[in-house]
Amino acid sequence: MAPIALIFKVEGNGIGHALREAGEKLEKAEGQLVLDVSAVHRIDPAALKALEELAGMAEGKRVKLALRGVNIDVYRVLKLARLAPRFSFLS
Amino acid sequence: MPQNASSLSEERIAYLEGLVRQARTAAAVFTQCTQEDVDRIVKQMVLAGLEKAQHLARLAIEETRLGVLEDKAIKNMVATEFVYDYVKDKRTVGAIREFPERGLVEVAEPIGVIFSLTPITNPTSTVLFKCIMAIKTRNAVIFSPHPNAWRCCTEAVRIMYEAALKHGAPEGVFTCLESHDLQDNAYLMRHKDVGLIDATGGPGAVKAAYSSGKPALGVGAGNTPVYLEKTADLDMAVVDIITSKTFDNGTICASEQTVVIDDEIYDLVLEKFADLGSHICNEPETALLSRTVIDPATGFMRPMAVGQKATDIARVIGLSVRPSTKLLIAPIQGVGREHPLSAEKLCPVLAVYRAKTADEAFKICVDVNHAGGLGHTAVIFSRNNDIICKFGEVINAGRIIVNSPGSIGAMGGVYNDMVPTFSFGCGTGGGNSTTDNVNVYHYLNIKRVARRTPAHMWFRIPSQIYFNMNAVENLRQFVSRSTIIVSNPSLEQIGHVDVVRRHLPAETTVHVAVIPDAEPEAKVVTQGVETLNFYRADQIIALGGGSMIDAAKIMKLKYESPEADLEQLAAPFLDIRKRVVQYPTEKVNRARLIAIPTTSGTGSEITPFAVMFDKQNGRKVTFADYSLTPDVAIVDPQFVLSMPRGLTADTGIDCLTHALEAAVSIYASPYTDSSALQAIQLAFKYLPIAYENPQDEEARTMMHNAASIAAIAFSNASVGVNHALAHAFGARYGVAHGRANALMLPHVIAYNASVPTKFMPSPNQRAYSAHIRYAQIGDLLRLGGNTVDEKVKKLVAAIEQLLDRLAFPRSIAELGISREDFERAVPDLVKIAFDDPSWRSNPRLPLLSELQELLWSAYQGRPAAEHAARQQSA
Repeated sequence: MAPIALIFKVEGNGIGHALREAGEKLEKAEGQLVLDVSAVHRIDPAALKALEELAGMAEGKRVKLALRGVNIDVYRVLKLARLAPRFSFLS
Repeated sequence: MPQNASSLSEERIAYLEGLVRQARTAAAVFTQCTQEDVDRIVKQMVLAGLEKAQHLARLAIEETRLGVLEDKAIKNMVATEFVYDYVKDKRTVGAIREFPERGLVEVAEPIGVIFSLTPITNPTSTVLFKCIMAIKTRNAVIFSPHPNAWRCCTEAVRIMYEAALKHGAPEGVFTCLESHDLQDNAYLMRHKDVGLIDATGGPGAVKAAYSSGKPALGVGAGNTPVYLEKTADLDMAVVDIITSKTFDNGTICASEQTVVIDDEIYDLVLEKFADLGSHICNEPETALLSRTVIDPATGFMRPMAVGQKATDIARVIGLSVRPSTKLLIAPIQGVGREHPLSAEKLCPVLAVYRAKTADEAFKICVDVNHAGGLGHTAVIFSRNNDIICKFGEVINAGRIIVNSPGSIGAMGGVYNDMVPTFSFGCGTGGGNSTTDNVNVYHYLNIKRVARRTPAHMWFRIPSQIYFNMNAVENLRQFVSRSTIIVSNPSLEQIGHVDVVRRHLPAETTVHVAVIPDAEPEAKVVTQGVETLNFYRADQIIALGGGSMIDAAKIMKLKYESPEADLEQLAAPFLDIRKRVVQYPTEKVNRARLIAIPTTSGTGSEITPFAVMFDKQNGRKVTFADYSLTPDVAIVDPQFVLSMPRGLTADTGIDCLTHALEAAVSIYASPYTDSSALQAIQLAFKYLPIAYENPQDEEARTMMHNAASIAAIAFSNASVGVNHALAHAFGARYGVAHGRANALMLPHVIAYNASVPTKFMPSPNQRAYSAHIRYAQIGDLLRLGGNTVDEKVKKLVAAIEQLLDRLAFPRSIAELGISREDFERAVPDLVKIAFDDPSWRSNPRLPLLSELQELLWSAYQGRPAAEHAARQQSA
């Protein structure tokens, strides 16, 4: 059976909380979890850490983690923090 | 894994990696902050630092036992308030500087993670300073304080971090190593995620930073010489030196070390020092200081003396001084290991030297400068501006402080307008990459966004051009005392010289300089200049073909500027505006140059070019400068009516080549296009008529105009490869210039119309367009064709037909030059053509192999279309 992507929208405020929720959804996800972060314009160290943890969880469960709608500033943060290789990016 | 990591435990590595990861994350997040964000954070940090200035000073004193509490508090305030005053309006985020007129924008890029070593001598002030720099530039810092100043530095970092965090800086932006360990430092210095090492401290720390292979700002020891010159304000100088040398007990590395005093004022100066609380050591006392303050084994100061009060040092070494003594002054007789006190002494011990002359004073200062102080700081007290300037020249120091205290002066912002800092760049003399006072711009990568800026173009021609039949009558208006007509025997014989003479004002004294009708040689120019000098000419009339006018141009140049070195002026250049050798502007004589062409082709009456024949080397030398442009051109067809058919054809094709090359030149502009296209049309229409019916006055007039109009175009757009090849070939085989051009022309058009192997750098061209330009010329001539390729081929065919009609040889072989001879000549021809400036404006950058190919094409005279096809396939 083809894996089904689970799409989860992350709002601009309270990213850390949203990512924890996404982590819970990861339990049920198969194949791919897509986080729609198009509403996220800025990211702080806590959110970055949560994202890193989520990536770790996804890797453990062999779920592909994709970020959709990443703005260039956030993308640059992910590159500088060396986290970008752990995600795939969807436009 | 970074080097030296093998000796670190796994736990330790994990700890260090954690620090780096935290800093890297903070730096990454920090990139999202705006200028307003960082300015707000910096202001709050500065306020926090100011509030804790005394507290931190006290901690530093308690921990390090160095310096003076009050001075350390002041240093903390300078490190916050003064630095803030400097940085508050500086842009450090995004576009930081714009130069619209240059099309440049400088954009700030944070470094990321900075690893920072801080010293024992200025511990908290350095931390405060570096924290402010880092936040202002959106960087994260891992601090490694000196082990004996760890607690006070950690506290300074904490104060700065809390203030920063509270006002929006990312978590983890500052961290401090939990203990000092050289292996930790080594690990972090080589860590791939550390972008910069900022090492302020002893030579060991600085050397380690520079040895790490990472970009580093390393600021270490100095040895500040002071020249107290006899014209100085002595009272001010003595107070300033005491203020500086006792500030924080002399711990600032920019403080004065050896004062070189002029003999005339030496005793008086020492008296003043003594009056203000200095102890002047006698010989035994100096010897005692030498062996106790400086370690004879190393030649460096002993730690026990660093940052201590003068009285404490005296007490420890058994020197009897008054309790109020601020400074210990020791006269020395020289510089170097035999004179230990000439070394750096970060304590209130000052060496003095009596200099008998200014020359000696300079030499001693240079010696001190070279004895450990290169690139750092030097001080001079003088009212003599020449002495001050000379001192600035001979001393190698990033900071040369004039009539002010060295330590506080070097820090900037108090006694002068230098950039405030707590890190003194010492340049290459000190093994540093900068001589600057380190500040925010050293914590940034500055990116330059450079927009394409079209080169400035020009359009320069003679100020007056008279044309059409009897234009020579205009000579009447040019008043002259002494005019020299430069012409040749045949023109004199057929009466052209008399025509010119007749139209000159009656009061003008006229002499004729008759020269051979050939490209001028050096000897001809020299003789001509002698004639001009003999008659003190104020006007030169060049009557003749291109060679004659070129000769007159070079004569005028040498007559007006006898020092002009023709060999140098012919030096190669790529861009006439940036050429290395400039033509002379100073003139000992002045003469108006009027050019009257008697052929219709070279356009020399209009152009800034002149060609001379280098007989010795058998080559043509081209001169190019707008100062060579004639002042007046008289384009009167009466002088070309008798031109032989062969000459008509040769010069006419030269004219056409000028126009065609100008039309596709990288310097072509709307100003030159109009002339180039007009000249092409005229030449195509009237050249065959003038050739076949030499007495056709209209055709002669139009061809004469066409030559000057083409010259207007190529004077400003220049020519191309065709001329470079023709110059080389023509000079080698004595072939007329127009004929040599004709042999190359179809092949060069086919070459330029094909896809270049190498494009010519050309900011004014938006795309490669030579083929399109040729096609447009074909359209203008109504040659037909549907595609660009077809139109180019039709243009080439039309040119070949024209050449046939003018009875030109269609190959070099037809000239009777053997293949073997040509084969031997080709390598030289290629070299000479490549050195010729003509091709610098060609649309296609010619490779040497391509020049060779073109020469062979011209030799064989194979159809140019075939050549074009070969080029395309290549």
